[in-house]
Amino acid sequence: MRYIAAKTADEAAGLLVDEPGLARILAGGTDLLVQLKSGLVEPDLVVDIKNIPGIRDVTPENGGFRIGAAVSAAELGEHKGVLALWPGVVEGVELIGSTQVQGRATMVGNLCNGSPAGDAVPGLVAANATVRITGPGGSRDCPVLDIPAGPGKTTLAKGEIITSVFLPARPENASDAYLRFIPRTEMDIGVASAGVSLELAADGAISAARVALGAVAPKVLLVADAATAIVGSKLEDGALAALAKACEAACNPIDDKRGTIEFRTRTAGVLARRAALIAYQRAGGSK
Amino acid sequence: MPLDTPKRKFKVVGTRPPRPDGLDKVTGRALYGADMTAPGMLTGRILRSPHAHARIKSIDTSAAEALAGVRAVITAADLPVLEDDFIRDIQDNCMARGKALYDGHAVAAVAATDAATARKALKLIKVDYEILPHVTDVDAAMKPGAPVVQKGRTLENVPAGMSENVTSHCEFGHGDLPSGFAKADKIIERSFRTAATHQGYIEPHACLASFTSDGKADLWCCTQGQFFVRTLCAQMMGMEASQLRVTSSEIGGGFGGKTTVFIEPVALALSRKSGRPVKIVMTRDEVFKATGPTVSSSMDIRIGMTRNGRITAGEAHLRYSGGAFPNATIEMGGQAAFAAYDLGAVRTFGWNILTNRPKEAAYRAPGAPMAIYAVESVVDELCQELGLDPLKVRLLNAARKGTKSSYGPTFDDIGLVATLEAATRHPHYTAPLGPNQGRGLSCGFWFNFGGNTCVSLNVNTDGTVGVTEGNPDIGGSRASISLMAAEELGIPYEKVRTFVADTASLGYNDVTDGSRVTFAVGLATIKAARAAIRNMCARAAKIWGIDEEAVEWIDGAACPAGPNAGKFPPMTLAEIAAVSAETGGPIAGHHEVNADGAGVSFGVHLVDVEVDPETGATKVLRYTVFQDAGKAVHPDYVEGQMQGGAVQGIGWALNEEYIYGDDGRLQNAGFLDYRVPVASDLPPIETVILEIPNPGHPYGVRGVGETPIVPPLAAIANAVSRAVGVRMTELPMSPPRLLKALLSKG
Ligand SMILES: Cc1cc2nc3c(=O)[nH]c(=O)nc-3n(C[C@H](O)[C@H](O)[C@H](O)COP(=O)(O)OP(=O)(O)OC[C@H]3O[C@@H](n4cnc5c(N)ncnc54)[C@H](O)[C@@H]3O)c2cc1C
Repeated sequence: MRYIAAKTADEAAGLLVDEPGLARILAGGTDLLVQLKSGLVEPDLVVDIKNIPGIRDVTPENGGFRIGAAVSAAELGEHKGVLALWPGVVEGVELIGSTQVQGRATMVGNLCNGSPAGDAVPGLVAANATVRITGPGGSRDCPVLDIPAGPGKTTLAKGEIITSVFLPARPENASDAYLRFIPRTEMDIGVASAGVSLELAADGAISAARVALGAVAPKVLLVADAATAIVGSKLEDGALAALAKACEAACNPIDDKRGTIEFRTRTAGVLARRAALIAYQRAGGSK
Repeated sequence: MPLDTPKRKFKVVGTRPPRPDGLDKVTGRALYGADMTAPGMLTGRILRSPHAHARIKSIDTSAAEALAGVRAVITAADLPVLEDDFIRDIQDNCMARGKALYDGHAVAAVAATDAATARKALKLIKVDYEILPHVTDVDAAMKPGAPVVQKGRTLENVPAGMSENVTSHCEFGHGDLPSGFAKADKIIERSFRTAATHQGYIEPHACLASFTSDGKADLWCCTQGQFFVRTLCAQMMGMEASQLRVTSSEIGGGFGGKTTVFIEPVALALSRKSGRPVKIVMTRDEVFKATGPTVSSSMDIRIGMTRNGRITAGEAHLRYSGGAFPNATIEMGGQAAFAAYDLGAVRTFGWNILTNRPKEAAYRAPGAPMAIYAVESVVDELCQELGLDPLKVRLLNAARKGTKSSYGPTFDDIGLVATLEAATRHPHYTAPLGPNQGRGLSCGFWFNFGGNTCVSLNVNTDGTVGVTEGNPDIGGSRASISLMAAEELGIPYEKVRTFVADTASLGYNDVTDGSRVTFAVGLATIKAARAAIRNMCARAAKIWGIDEEAVEWIDGAACPAGPNAGKFPPMTLAEIAAVSAETGGPIAGHHEVNADGAGVSFGVHLVDVEVDPETGATKVLRYTVFQDAGKAVHPDYVEGQMQGGAVQGIGWALNEEYIYGDDGRLQNAGFLDYRVPVASDLPPIETVILEIPNPGHPYGVRGVGETPIVPPLAAIANAVSRAVGVRMTELPMSPPRLLKALLSKG
């Protein structure tokens, strides 16, 4: 196995394209190193992207933020601007692992690892975040929603790397929240999760919403019916029940050691309901 | 050895000095199993069966042997065929012979110059398996027609017509059940199941074996019992005990799981074949798949009670499976099930059943937590049904001095009533509860054990003392042993240091298990100190020119006994030691004993939980442990045992379980999906130590290490059942299982 720390995104992309064997990008390594150690993957080439200039920066852009692909969860958690604008995204990222893991783990690594249970992903999808990609064909932007392709898989082509995530601007009276269910209180993997982003009209009614679910399907789900169920409401009981129901209907989970289909489906609805209430309160809505 | 006096005033025993191993452990200096190295050392790795049950038709190791860097490959063919069932089972568990009996069962091993080569070599070993039908569930394995795990292992006490997987039957109790049940106003009968759990020690098994060409060997390993390791390995290697020296490392947890061997004979065989030292360190995956979890169980309980709470009869049918090999854990379950109660009619029936799972090893109070969980759940439900206070009912029925226990012996002084009374008085018992909250309690019991023990106590010429004992310290025993030596000698704790010796340095010591060490090694240490004291009194007598009998030992010094002995200033231990060369040479005391009189220990746990009715998640809000320690030698350690047992029990009750797929493979061989509690899952665990002296120990000490894992299962199940209004009869009460119960309640 060769290890190369790339100096630029283009160099990284070139190395990856040219590698005839198995290649892997290394960001925080909190997924990759575990996989290497257990013998799950045996790459011929590992390209470290952390030394690429700018890849660890958080930069304001058009009222939102561009977050470098190698910004760690801990660094993001301490960024006051991002925290104020997208608290739900940040709380998802901050749930990853422990203090030690937080020091290394990245949002993009979480996304590209392709786990349906990745804790950064539903928040990013609810936020309608996009990623910027450098590849053999140049640079392109893509919605986060379109990156996962199924457990352990992404839609990125050979040689493509994500260099940053963009979190857009949002109006006043808007906020978001993320909740996951785990059997323990930390150091665990989500059995179901929900990210909810809301915008409120002047009267406190919800004017726009995005609801994303994790760990209940082969990849993250954006549930349009769930958003429809609460747009126009002030999260009255009926709207919340309709939200939960729409989430349950969208779920397509597996039965496994971590949870039954029934459990994941029920819990996804419960979490979406609870996350919506938190986001609503954060956005200035009162109940 | 009887209690000296019930009213002894202790000077050192009962204090809380800092633990002697603490600094080394937190600074990383302590040497654990994997920290041993030797020049020319090879890395050993083990190939494991991916199948739950398969005949091994052939193993071709030639390609692995041909790989550069590989120095030895072994299979069961490199180990002797042993006569004795007990030791043959242990060896067959270390290396499968003929059949792989569970997912993870070792089938071959290599020793190579480095880990990467060893891993590569494993892939080159070709095993031709004939896959056989498997069974991992205890009830399924009991059915006639179930796949048979091992043929010909059934004892005569098992009736004909049952599956060959049923290997033994046992029965305990007294009185007449039908007339007992006839006296009951209410009878409840329920069935329960508990999952197999793992001890979850943080240190994976590790060892370094070194065979020399003249047939001697050294083995360094992480174990709870170096002497037992020697007994087992010497037989498996066909060598005399004196030729194998086993040294135990510092130990990162055992809880019973390190009372046998898994990798040690493999490392020795590889070292013998390669002529080099061989180190084997298990991965976590191997620890889960191929060491010794607890039994899984299925149980039927029937208890009758009068309207005012007196239990009239109790009956238990217990079915345990400790994996692919016969074991006797069921007998301890059968004996412990009703031990807390004074009953006129009680009977337990036990069955051991083989399944395609790893061979069970001990785990704190083996066999007791599940049986007592089932019994205490039914007692709790009877209290609910009859509208009775669960503590009062326990007090009404509690075993006490003179009670004929449900397993035969009549109890001497025991602490159950005092423990229940302490719980009754504690503010926890009457604190208000909120919505979705419930309070549960349970009694717990463990026999405790004494056993073979050998201690040397050496008085150094500078007035310090070294105690050499033969039991790895898994719960703070070095501190406790030093405290008892200091107490007896009348010197400060700081003057004493206790060491764990290798197998060449002392006579045979039983394994660190059965909560025996502070009791039995403590007792031997006290006796060894008394022998040293007699010796020192003799030295003083010699110096003073008086009779030995005219010297007594007071507060760390020899003194003339009474006015007739003559007038001499006391001679301290240090003064006597300093001149020992002139009075007869080194001063030491020894004691060897097969100790009995380990007093049983009872505990009561009280717990509050809150259940999220929408997700089935349980939060433990408050937890209090009450336990009789006889005499708490080092109260910090006693509290640590009580808290640790409660925590492991919380894990067992709520989330921990061995999960098998339909293919018979273990689904969760890692700490991500085998969920032990993390710190943030736990409330502070309050402890209340009671001291009802054990009549069988000079200071009244009882073992405390195992009782605390017994009550949590039922205490939490009772709390959860009361919180949600549904009786939970299967462990763990993981959120999916609890939510299902809540939804079916409607
Ligand atoms: C103890 C522990 C606890 C954990 N707890 C959680 C948890 O609670 N929730 C959770 O969701 N996860 C958890 N994880 C998993 C992991 O920490 C996260 O998924 C983390 O976000 C991964 O980020 P990373 O930077 O370390 O990724 P890496 O391991 O560096 O990479 C992960 C994958 O993404 C690819 N990749 C990385 N960066 C890029 C890029 N810029 N472009 C294209 N591909 C890329 C890599 O090639 C690799 O395949 C835990 C891991 C550990 C070890």
